[in-house]
Amino acid sequence: MTTNGATAAKAKKASPVGSAANWVDERVGLATLAKKQVRKVFPDHWSFMLGEIALWSFVVLLLTGTFLTLWFKPSMAEVVYNGSYDQLRGMHMSESYASTLDISFDVRGGLLMRQMHHWAALIFIASMLVHLLRVYFTGAFRKPRELNWVIGCLLLLLGTLEGFTGYSLPDDLLSGTGLRAADGFVKSIPVVGTYVSFFLFDGEFPGDAIISRLYTAHVLLLPGVLLALVGAHMLLLVFHKHTQWPGPGRTEQNVVGYPLLPVYAAKAGGFFFIVFGITALMGALMTINPIWRIGPYDPSQVTAGSQPDWYMGWPDGALRIFPGWETSLFGFTIPWNVFLPIIVLPGVMFTILLMLPFIETWITGDKRDHHLLERPRDAPNRTATMVALMTFYGLLWAAGGNDVLALVFNMSLNNIIYFMRVMVFLGPVLAFIIARRWCISLQRADENRILHGYETGVIMRSPEGAYAEKHLPVSADEAFTLTARDRDPIMAAPTEADENGVAARKVHLNRLRYKLNQWWYSHNVQKPTAGELEEARHHAEHELAVHQGEIGHSADGHQFDGRSDTQNESPRQH
Amino acid sequence: MSDHTTDVATREPADEPIPNPGLHEHQPRPTDVDEAAEKRAERQIAAFFGLSALFAILFVVAYFSFEIGGEPDLIMGYGASNLTLGLSLGLALLLIGIGAIQWARKLMSDVEIVEMRHPAASPPEDRAIAISSFEAGVEESGIARRPLIRNSMLAALGALGLPLIVGLRDLGPAPGSALAETVWRRGMRLVNDVSGAPIRPGEVEIGQLINGEPAVFFRNDEEGEPLYEGVELNQAKAKAAIIMVRMRPEEITPAEGRENWGIDGILCFSKICTHVGCPISLWEQQTHHLLCPCHQSTFDLADNGKVLFGPAARALPQLPLMVDDEGYLVAQSDFNEPVGPSYWERG
Amino acid sequence: MRLLTARLSTRLSRGRRGKYAGSVVMLLGLLVTGGAYAVLAPAQASDEAAAQSTVDDGRALFLIGCASCHGKNGEGISTQAGTQYGPPLAGVGAAAVDFQVGTGRMPLARPGVQAPVKDVVYTDAEIESLAAFVASLGAGPAIPEQDAYDPLAIPEDELNEAIVRGGQFFRTNCTACHNFAGAGGALSYGKYAPALDGVTPKHIYEALITGPQQMPVFSDGVLKPEEKRDIIAYLESVEASPDYGGSSLGSIGPVSEGIAGWLVGIGTLVGFCVWIASSSTRSKKGKP
Repeated sequence: MTTNGATAAKAKKASPVGSAANWVDERVGLATLAKKQVRKVFPDHWSFMLGEIALWSFVVLLLTGTFLTLWFKPSMAEVVYNGSYDQLRGMHMSESYASTLDISFDVRGGLLMRQMHHWAALIFIASMLVHLLRVYFTGAFRKPRELNWVIGCLLLLLGTLEGFTGYSLPDDLLSGTGLRAADGFVKSIPVVGTYVSFFLFDGEFPGDAIISRLYTAHVLLLPGVLLALVGAHMLLLVFHKHTQWPGPGRTEQNVVGYPLLPVYAAKAGGFFFIVFGITALMGALMTINPIWRIGPYDPSQVTAGSQPDWYMGWPDGALRIFPGWETSLFGFTIPWNVFLPIIVLPGVMFTILLMLPFIETWITGDKRDHHLLERPRDAPNRTATMVALMTFYGLLWAAGGNDVLALVFNMSLNNIIYFMRVMVFLGPVLAFIIARRWCISLQRADENRILHGYETGVIMRSPEGAYAEKHLPVSADEAFTLTARDRDPIMAAPTEADENGVAARKVHLNRLRYKLNQWWYSHNVQKPTAGELEEARHHAEHELAVHQGEIGHSADGHQFDGRSDTQNESPRQH
Repeated sequence: MSDHTTDVATREPADEPIPNPGLHEHQPRPTDVDEAAEKRAERQIAAFFGLSALFAILFVVAYFSFEIGGEPDLIMGYGASNLTLGLSLGLALLLIGIGAIQWARKLMSDVEIVEMRHPAASPPEDRAIAISSFEAGVEESGIARRPLIRNSMLAALGALGLPLIVGLRDLGPAPGSALAETVWRRGMRLVNDVSGAPIRPGEVEIGQLINGEPAVFFRNDEEGEPLYEGVELNQAKAKAAIIMVRMRPEEITPAEGRENWGIDGILCFSKICTHVGCPISLWEQQTHHLLCPCHQSTFDLADNGKVLFGPAARALPQLPLMVDDEGYLVAQSDFNEPVGPSYWERG
Repeated sequence: MRLLTARLSTRLSRGRRGKYAGSVVMLLGLLVTGGAYAVLAPAQASDEAAAQSTVDDGRALFLIGCASCHGKNGEGISTQAGTQYGPPLAGVGAAAVDFQVGTGRMPLARPGVQAPVKDVVYTDAEIESLAAFVASLGAGPAIPEQDAYDPLAIPEDELNEAIVRGGQFFRTNCTACHNFAGAGGALSYGKYAPALDGVTPKHIYEALITGPQQMPVFSDGVLKPEEKRDIIAYLESVEASPDYGGSSLGSIGPVSEGIAGWLVGIGTLVGFCVWIASSSTRSKKGKP
């Protein structure tokens, strides 16, 4: 079938499913909606499934989380433990810790569900990050999808908060230390810090309210917002249709792929089971968060290797490498050493992330719709920007595990910190430069492929003794794919006044914008025009005129596009 | 360099160097043309689903077979229940997924279909109708012509913010001076944490580290109930926890006024880090450095708890010591500064 | 008299020029050298018969293996710059020797910020002699009696309570350096608190009372012997516990869990993505 079933189906005998569908349609008009969506076309590429990992792991979290809520008691009331785990019997601990021990040791499948829930959380946030990188590197966030980018960034932020509130619920020594640190973070906020701390914990740390409050956030408030945002994210995806890679048959005006029913229902539905299954296997084979070994929270105890879960690693790293700066004036203290890395920096980073599509549009002046994806190399500055951000993120993330690095690799803890203090500034700059140049050189390689063909590996020697490698033109498909991208748009240089002498507003801003625009597109290799291509082909003909060799005639550059006769030659299959 | 005469807004087809070759003709898969391959694929997929059902049943068997609790069944040193439940559940789910994917890849039609996109923006007629409808509605409401209604409505809705904000006041008490004090008082004994045993200077050796608490945490009232337990105990502990160390007296350089805060080289410091409040007890006895495991702040206890390295900004507060009549170590007073992380009103 | 006939010399010279001639010569050389060393080398300490534990035997061993850093009378050696080369041993006690030498930390192979655990060089009898000698230099902690450190000495009905209490002491005094599972932790400038699995109860007790290197001292006066035994009982009991939820991933905490989540979780799932979206085999049979 090459259509998507847009013609009406013939009437069939009433089946049970058919009568049910009728019943619903007579009440909600289902068919009008279904007619367009049931055979909706989705393009096929593995990198388009990364967001699905996030979606399905979220569903796994909901299911396993619901299981846990049936036994977990989010209360800080002190109880005496009398469950199965001998090493803690008779100890005073909070009810939330005791109920977590019960789930782990006295509920069949409880430990599995706890572990699946935690592994799924790690995967949920990791996959959102990977999906974000894919979307950014391929330019899928451009108009009309900027709103979806914003929603996605919010999902990442909320997912992180959800994870933090979640792993703090068992009230164990490790997560309790994390809450203690969070209290310190909040206290560092100028003017209102102590009030926020006392309102959050209902008094002095640790109080007896925080676990149940985090529970409400974790089970009700945050999932509610997450579900709504995920729904909006999906709706926009359905409305805009998915982006696709350029290729034969693909244009900015169409989507080429497979229909929702049956192919994507099977693939996406199947992938849900795969995500669920892998999470279950991880829960079976690897221990995560062994709270029985870690022990119940006590404000006078701590463990070496105290880290938050991986997704909070980068702010923790910033906190660790920051120097001890604090200001005291007129009886008031501002602890910059805590406030800047843990309150200000994440806010700034998140804002930058959110604004990336808008910053790029401002610099490029590109207001066109984009539904075809761009290879990272075709947008060197965009790629280099994200590589620099990734380097910054990655260095801080590693700094967050500095004591584990020192222990495992036998390094000096202090030297790691000194190294990081320098590299978080130097590293992103170096990474930006290297990534940008790398992209540009890849673009040049692509241009060579289009204009001069691919290297066949056949070396020919002219009568004078010169060596030359024979090139053959790439296939029409590849040549088209390589040239299916847009030319970079031109921005007019800003003028002081327009042709009627009316003075321009925001002159300095526009000048800055123009400078950035010029720099953004500098060194970009544009695709060749039809004329340049023709010229290159005939140039090849001249080059090979003397190398007739085995083919008996010179290559005229039109070997495989149907314009000249080829007898014993076949292009390389890609 | 190629010419740059293209306008930003348009994409001129004539400028494309290579025309779109169009969709390829569909190339069949073995299952499309070969009956035997198709039947094989069908059987394979059915086998996946069948195997999945088998594992689901194995889950039930494992659930009722293996003991958990204090004496759990083990397989190769791992908890048998978790391992078998997880493996059977995981494989049951995974095989459904694999079966569905194989069905899509091998048997469902993989002829590529084309669907046309539509611009995201609504057509101009729709926009015009929407705008005029909206304007008609606003006009009929008269809100533009009646600023009194509009302003008073905004004031009413805005005023609703007050109950919302004020209603949350009792989330917690005002901080007051709570953060500036601990339970330490003059004459209060220092005891070893967990055991509650008081300490004599003679029992403390050079290089020793003691994780200590105020004795009041281990005392009961007249009815035999602990004076501090539950929430109050934790709240007080979070500020009052201390460590004691003993060094050679000649290695200590006490600040002015602190010369009598130690006893024979025994010094007492707050256990709560001044960075964000983690308890510190990584005492390197030869270097006299105290290292916090959370963010690696390092303090020199021979030099009044000064910060040597790391993100902490302030020295560790010191608790002055003396000896009571029975020879046990006691505090001279509370700390002379707030304990723990910095905050705005700290001074 | 000719020792070599022409035929024999040809055969030999052919052998000398053969492919493996060099390797054979090397092998012979190694065997000869090694054998000669084994036969002719001065008698190793382990060759001697088990000596009685006297201070003199200890001194003899000390002079060979320890005096170069600690001085002939254990008085310690300082460098010209005034820093410590080997610390003085008067007062460290027999327990310190038993711990340091018994875990292989001493003799130190090379100077550094930390003495790592390595193979034990001396026999038990020799360690006893060394300990006796060092104890004679000055009063210090003695090697503990078995009942002091052996959890088996705890009465059966009190064992679980002791384990629970030991866990509380452990989390208050030990986990800050050694981590919640005793997996070890980093100290400053390349030093570290080592992992505790596999350490014998006697050595744990001795470490607590002697405070080796950066580890603080936990004297019997403050952390009573029974409380130390409780800690040891707790450590033994968790070491004997199974990994309830699967591989413990080193018990390091969220760092290893994050790595596993990324490598195993995201890795396999992205692998599945690539498989799902890959195109199937194409048939060469043409259209039906």
